[in-house]
Amino acid sequence: MNAKLAFLLCLTLFVQPAFAQGFAGMGQAVDGFAEVDRSRALVFPQDHSAHPEYRIEWWYLTANLRDESGRDLGVQWTVFRNATRPNATRPVNGPEETWDDGQIWLGHAAVTWADRHMHAERYARGGTGQAGADLEDNRLRVWMDDWQLQSLDIGPEADSLAQISLTARGTDFAYDLTLAAKGPLVLHGDAGFSVKSEDDQTSYYFSQPFFAVEGTITLPDGAHQVRGRAWLDREWSSQPLAADQEGWDWVSLHFDTGEKLMGFALRSTNGSRFTSATWIAADGTPTAFGNGALHMTPIDTHEVAGRNVPVEWNLQLPARDLDITITALNPDAWMAGSIPYWEGPIHATGSHRAEGYLEMTGY
Amino acid sequence: MRRDALSATLTAVLGHWRRHPMQIFALIAGLALATALWSGVQALNAEARSSYARAAGLLGQDQFDRILRADGRPMDSAVFRALRQSGYLVSPVIEGRLGSGPNALRLLGIDPLTLPVPALPKTLQNGTLNVNDFLLEGRVLISEATLARGLPPDLTPIVANKLTAAALDPNLATGLVIGDVATIAGFLNHDGATAFIVAEQQPFGLPPIADWTKQREDVILQHAEASGDLARLTDSFHLNLTAFGFLAFAVGLFITHATIGLAFEQRRATVRTLRALGVPLRPLMLLLAVELGLLALLAGGLGLVFGYGLAASLLPEVSASLRGLYGADIDSRLGFDPVWAVTALAMSFGGALIAGASALWRVAHLPILQSATPNAWGRASAELRRLQGGSGAALLCIALGVALFGQGLILGFVGLAALLLGSALILPRFLAALLGLIAKHIQNRINGAYLHWVFADMRLSLPALSLSLMALLLALSTNIGVSTMVGSFRETFTGWLDQRLAAEMYLTTATPEQAAAVTEFLEPRVAAILPFALIETRYGELPAQLHGLMDHATYRDHWPFLEAADQAWSRMAAGEGVVINEQLARRDGYRLGDVFAVAPYVTLPILGIYSDYGNPEGQAIIGLSLFQGLFPETPILRFGLRTDPSHVTELAAEITRATGLSPQSMINQTAVKDISLRVFEQTFQVTYALNALTLGVAGFAIFTSLLTLSDMRLVQIAPIWAAGQRRRILAGTEMVRILIFALFCCILALPVGMALAYFLLAIINVEAFGWRLPMSVFPADLLKLGGLALCAAGMSALWPAWRLARLSPHRLLGLFAHER
Repeated sequence: MNAKLAFLLCLTLFVQPAFAQGFAGMGQAVDGFAEVDRSRALVFPQDHSAHPEYRIEWWYLTANLRDESGRDLGVQWTVFRNATRPNATRPVNGPEETWDDGQIWLGHAAVTWADRHMHAERYARGGTGQAGADLEDNRLRVWMDDWQLQSLDIGPEADSLAQISLTARGTDFAYDLTLAAKGPLVLHGDAGFSVKSEDDQTSYYFSQPFFAVEGTITLPDGAHQVRGRAWLDREWSSQPLAADQEGWDWVSLHFDTGEKLMGFALRSTNGSRFTSATWIAADGTPTAFGNGALHMTPIDTHEVAGRNVPVEWNLQLPARDLDITITALNPDAWMAGSIPYWEGPIHATGSHRAEGYLEMTGY
Repeated sequence: MRRDALSATLTAVLGHWRRHPMQIFALIAGLALATALWSGVQALNAEARSSYARAAGLLGQDQFDRILRADGRPMDSAVFRALRQSGYLVSPVIEGRLGSGPNALRLLGIDPLTLPVPALPKTLQNGTLNVNDFLLEGRVLISEATLARGLPPDLTPIVANKLTAAALDPNLATGLVIGDVATIAGFLNHDGATAFIVAEQQPFGLPPIADWTKQREDVILQHAEASGDLARLTDSFHLNLTAFGFLAFAVGLFITHATIGLAFEQRRATVRTLRALGVPLRPLMLLLAVELGLLALLAGGLGLVFGYGLAASLLPEVSASLRGLYGADIDSRLGFDPVWAVTALAMSFGGALIAGASALWRVAHLPILQSATPNAWGRASAELRRLQGGSGAALLCIALGVALFGQGLILGFVGLAALLLGSALILPRFLAALLGLIAKHIQNRINGAYLHWVFADMRLSLPALSLSLMALLLALSTNIGVSTMVGSFRETFTGWLDQRLAAEMYLTTATPEQAAAVTEFLEPRVAAILPFALIETRYGELPAQLHGLMDHATYRDHWPFLEAADQAWSRMAAGEGVVINEQLARRDGYRLGDVFAVAPYVTLPILGIYSDYGNPEGQAIIGLSLFQGLFPETPILRFGLRTDPSHVTELAAEITRATGLSPQSMINQTAVKDISLRVFEQTFQVTYALNALTLGVAGFAIFTSLLTLSDMRLVQIAPIWAAGQRRRILAGTEMVRILIFALFCCILALPVGMALAYFLLAIINVEAFGWRLPMSVFPADLLKLGGLALCAAGMSALWPAWRLARLSPHRLLGLFAHER
């Protein structure tokens, strides 16, 4: 997905010095980290787990759910990994390593419905085991405290994401969901090699957009049984954002036809945009669309946290006769953590009907 | 009132001060001194308190629960991982000390990623220091005061560099270094966390964290209020200081009250005349009130300056005391707090108001036509005196009640206050009764009109002098009480040190390998090597140490037990029981023979309770072999050595040469005693200083009373002079009179001071520190004090007497013409 990653890099506390020195500094800071290589094919199940030699990485899951009363709910579950220094510069085994292995982890979780948006943020340092990602045979486990994304009982041949459980807990919500993949993994860009700018910014990027979900969301008013669809994004890179890119708008859509769309637009300070999209057929076959194919136009903005955020958009992909209007379920879905951004469930009308998730950063 | 009338009234009222400059000096000095002592002590307290608040609030020790290992040892990150993966929000903290000597540093490692924001240093919260620098670059925080006092000499170059490149945080306590948990782990060269801080708000739907800790034997949950030990201990010290400050203020008020009363009484004639001339009462009252207010402002301002000076000069002693007693570091530099200044001025105004209220009331109710009778000044009605005596007796009863049945720090101080105030209030009746007895005695035995007159005159002047004599009594009693406490403490403490530090030398090695090398080297060179092991732990609420000691005559013969079973030491060393210190016994109510849990699932009978002065922590001792069985991983790194005391210095040098053990790791027993005594002496420096000041203030009170009285007393003296008594004799009599009063005060101060000492030692000390001091009496000290008090009284009477001796006959004759 999304260049969110890059944006996070600009804003998070981990790279503030780079930000302060201007984005040119980022290129230098990349020295020593592994670089994204077009010729390297993704390998599973290994690529489900962490890639500590790259600077940043995330497991990013969004779900569109409905509870027993018919209420629409959105769920977000994200774990970010940030390397604070390349492997080469790490200290030799000292007592420091217990508390600092050169990785810092960040977790975001949220539950959103029309009336409310609840979110939680966690940080963890690598080395303590407070957060991490590991793979045992084909069984994946990604965790941050008691927030877990974990392969369930799957056969030895199955993909790690074939069936997973997902848990998180904030100060006013908790959820426990079971997800079953009803389709294949989808590789974006060129077999997972995703281009983020006209320069060299690239990442590895794949998704599992075919999850069927059921489980429980517990809110202060009690437990609610939910069912619905979910989308998992996996991305890692060492230099995902160009110096002049200030933010992005990213969208994932589940069409009623069973088809899906991933699209993003990276906004530059000079007003230009870099767009990218993947049209996913109902059987999972992806078609990548490069810069310029997707048009994303804001229609209406909403003031949240003192900023004007476009919560209604027109989306056009002429190559697929797509012309839709997307609207936020809750325009106040602001993730007011240490790196604030907008992330919430949406629905689409027009040439196609869909539900999905919208993410907007840099506002 | 017309302007010229106002100006005439003003001139008439203020003219009094021009004629009596000594009075205005006494008034301002009294109020200024009262304000100075009070505000000085308050400034000291505030400064020390804010220092602890900085130290404690920083980690939110007062706000957050902590999880610790039950045996007090550092925790590995597995506990942290387990807690976090169970969903609990906890944050690791690593604490330790670095370097040796007086500038040793206290290190605190925190995790800004998981620490609750209110517990973060302000510098990080407000972004003065970039979190990246702290977290990723290993930049640490230190206060300028810590750098200014110098770093310890034995730091590695890497650590020293990090410290000199540290970011400055003015909010940090002196000696404290805060860094990221990884940075501090590197400094300390170990990765074990001291504790995990528990966030106040835990995630939704989790069982209480206590349920989690209960399931594990190896960890304990320490509640936020339980970690306020330091605050509670230091509170008692501050309460002590506050009590002294208040006492000083009260003594100052005695002076002010006396002076204001006198000045108003002397102006009765003026006031009466002004009123008779038609000056309305209200403007006159207002004028007098404004005058009083301005005087209070002036005196308050002066007092503020003195108070600040006093606090600034005593602060180093206070910080040394607190560091010595509790290990609490406070800055030895004084800040200026406007709230403090305003409070001090308010105290000055309040004091002037209290002192002046009755005088103003009397002016308001002055019968204009009644003749002015200045010699009636201060002669309290018989009823008032009875009332005074009655309340004094009641207060003494309260004090007695507290002494017999009272418990608790606050009640202790209540009893103390009741004792002092009660004694002061019954003083006039006591003196009157004593003088009455003597007069009766003289009447029956001795013929001598002059002597009869002297005693009759003394009784007559008693009401006028009683306030300053009360001040003297209070000062004397406090002095006696506190010096008895200090003396008792010193005696007990030195005796205890002799017993407790029986070995000639103590050394601490860094590793088991070094320990082996050192003992091997020492084996043929010393009479005995006494190894001991210890771990930090907690018993109940009390931080404690568990020691493992071997059986040896050194301990058997010298260990200072308060109570012990037969053969306590040998049986303990054989693993049959445990001995605990008085603090632990008192805090948790243990008695000889009770069963005590030294570790989870290990209980032993208590064979002895020993005195452990100056230690705020609990301590338990078991036999060394049992200790090693229970804690096989705890190495024995400390040793006591028995050897010829004259060879200790030489031996230390040899050990360093042979094994590389640093001189800092070896302690000469004489040096330990020296250090301990120095710490202790410093603790009481502040008390000494305040005592001396109080005595000085009391002397000044007598002086001003005598001075202001001297003119009035001429009315009584002139007839005696006219009857043929020489002025020199009269002046000498004045001196003797005061000395007799002072002596009587000393006599009453003796039991009051002893009772005060009892309160301090047997009630307040036990409540504040957890141990009781045996009380010793030091007659030589008491004699010295009595002598000092007489000197102070004599000196204060010197000038008035000298003036009397030099008084011109013309003036004395004039009295007959003017007054009679």
